[in-house]
Amino acid sequence: MTTSTNPGQSGPGVLAEPPPAAGRAVGVFLLRLLSALAIPVVAFAVLWATFDYLRDENANRAIVVVVALVVGVGGVFFLYWGMNRVVAYLPERLREGVRPYIFVGPALVILSVFLVYPVINTILISFKDAQSQSYVGLENFRFVFTDHDMLVSIRNTAGWIIIVPLFSVTIGLAFATLADRLRRGEAVAKSLIFLPMAISFAGASITWRLIYSFRPPGFGSNIGLLNGIMIGSGQDPIAWLQQQPWNNFLLMVIMIWMQTGFAMVVLSAAIKAIPLEIIEAARIDGASEMQVFRKIIVPSILPTVVVVTTYMVINALKVFDIVFIMGNAESDGTVVIAERMIDWFFVGLNYGRGAAIAVVLFVAIVPVMIWNIRQFREQELTR
Amino acid sequence: MSAPAIPVPAAVEARAPGEVRRGGWIIRITVAVIVVLWLVPTLGVLITSFRPEDLVVSSGWWTALAHPFRAAEWTLENYSAALDAAGFGNAFMNSLAVAIPSTVIPITIAAFAAYAFSWMDFRGRYVMFVAVVGLLVVPLQMALIPILRLYADGATLFGLRIFPDLELNGTFLGVWLAHTGFGLPLATYLLRNYIGSLPSSIIESAKIDGADHFTIFWRLIIPLSVPALAAFAIFQFLWVWNDLLVAYVFLGGSRQNQVLTMALRNLLGGRGEDWQVLTAAAFISMSLPLVVFFSLQRYFVRGLTAGAVKG
Repeated sequence: MTTSTNPGQSGPGVLAEPPPAAGRAVGVFLLRLLSALAIPVVAFAVLWATFDYLRDENANRAIVVVVALVVGVGGVFFLYWGMNRVVAYLPERLREGVRPYIFVGPALVILSVFLVYPVINTILISFKDAQSQSYVGLENFRFVFTDHDMLVSIRNTAGWIIIVPLFSVTIGLAFATLADRLRRGEAVAKSLIFLPMAISFAGASITWRLIYSFRPPGFGSNIGLLNGIMIGSGQDPIAWLQQQPWNNFLLMVIMIWMQTGFAMVVLSAAIKAIPLEIIEAARIDGASEMQVFRKIIVPSILPTVVVVTTYMVINALKVFDIVFIMGNAESDGTVVIAERMIDWFFVGLNYGRGAAIAVVLFVAIVPVMIWNIRQFREQELTR
Repeated sequence: MSAPAIPVPAAVEARAPGEVRRGGWIIRITVAVIVVLWLVPTLGVLITSFRPEDLVVSSGWWTALAHPFRAAEWTLENYSAALDAAGFGNAFMNSLAVAIPSTVIPITIAAFAAYAFSWMDFRGRYVMFVAVVGLLVVPLQMALIPILRLYADGATLFGLRIFPDLELNGTFLGVWLAHTGFGLPLATYLLRNYIGSLPSSIIESAKIDGADHFTIFWRLIIPLSVPALAAFAIFQFLWVWNDLLVAYVFLGGSRQNQVLTMALRNLLGGRGEDWQVLTAAAFISMSLPLVVFFSLQRYFVRGLTAGAVKG
């Protein structure tokens, strides 16, 4: 029994010589912390140094782009390299204990600042009043579940997270299966379906206005494609985006149009990964094409279908841009949760309500998050 | 596969094994119909952007298809109008200045982290990675206000200043960092899936040859991970380039600083019915993503599905 295990006993030897194991552990811990923080801090300082220049609004844009490129591309990598050299000077015992934290540290620091801290902060704000001056209890949450527009937005968002993934994945799967059987032109066909992925929501809403556009009689001719078809078939033009509640579906079509390509590409890769022998064996046993699809293809790609669907559900839950750009969400009854949140933050300037809506959105996603982690664990076990 | 006992049709018996059954006319027509449906909206924008104003407001874009070779039907004026008057040239440069660092920085940081999560031994690595996976689903919108305030006022904890007041709002740096933060979980997750699935034998043999982790990472892992890196680079670049929300919140709407999506939205608000300029502007904003996508799409598919398909 050594004296070091008894901190209450204050002999001179104890103070002068702390237990070596604990001392080193603290030292290693500090080194790890330092190395994790070093890269973000130094990187920030480097970026800060070029800062005045980049902030100058009259700076030549071409030079700004070049500076951004050099600092962004070279700078960050150089920092990792430099830190790695510094660690090489440490005693060998410490080196391997500290090095992982140089690799992981920057990611963890940035994630803490940009995702973990905001989540905690938003939860706190959601219990405060409009200007975050004082706590108001559950008042903001009462608002979320009683306000008329909020209730409409919850209903609409429920529609988005069911309909968009359903159609995107179904059409994507059907197209991937069919295109797989084309003798040629498969790559071209798939690229054309994928093309809308490269278009911004802002660009897409301009695109779709050309389809839904409506002008009442006497205000010029109708140049929207849908109304062109209506007139061509001898009917009156319709103000498509004002037809509640169907206008919600018309907006969902835009997202389906944009995301089906993603589902199709990933599912197509999954289908191609199924060994051909299995499919051939079933065919030789006399299975029809429909049976092959239902009993072999679908079960084999089910994990991928689940992953893609989850991704689509999360995206649909967060949808904002389409509704924000495509018209007056409140009067058209096309409000969704994320759009309400931005509206309360930036138009209504009520931080408490905006934050409460954000928290509700987050809580809605938590089950997906837990499922996501569980899925990852299973994957790790089968690796 | 236990398919019900169906008498084997003669046609199937006649087929040589290994031959893939190809579709007939029905499949080809179905595929063609879906492709046309998917193309129509983009086609409308493309055609409208090349038509003169008086025709755009008086007739639908599809009428131009009736006489495609009449010179009076077409013009390039809309593009010069969009580039000059609406400031799209400047916005294009701003979008580049935002998008390139916002793509490269998160990939670099995520690649190092993904390597450590896959091939380095340290305490808490599993817990840390699970936390990253969990953060995948945090809605971006939730982070906007706290970060906006962090940029403007810094942060204090129990009266102690833990984050300085940096006045990052309205700067490129602020946008880069925000995009880096929001892009990191997906980047780390995808790259970890890919880097973790590389054969351990090559890494072991490099270690035996005396290479340290940094050398292995730089000389071995990076070259082998090009498909995954490229896939995420395309994904992140498209996302940043097409983003309106983050740019709107952190960069603001000033004419000097505005990115393409912001310029488009301002144009939409200001001249909601100027279709010919709007469509030309929309096509300018789509041009670079389309080039990036079509030139790199083979990486996109290979890299993105490397982790997901094995599932």
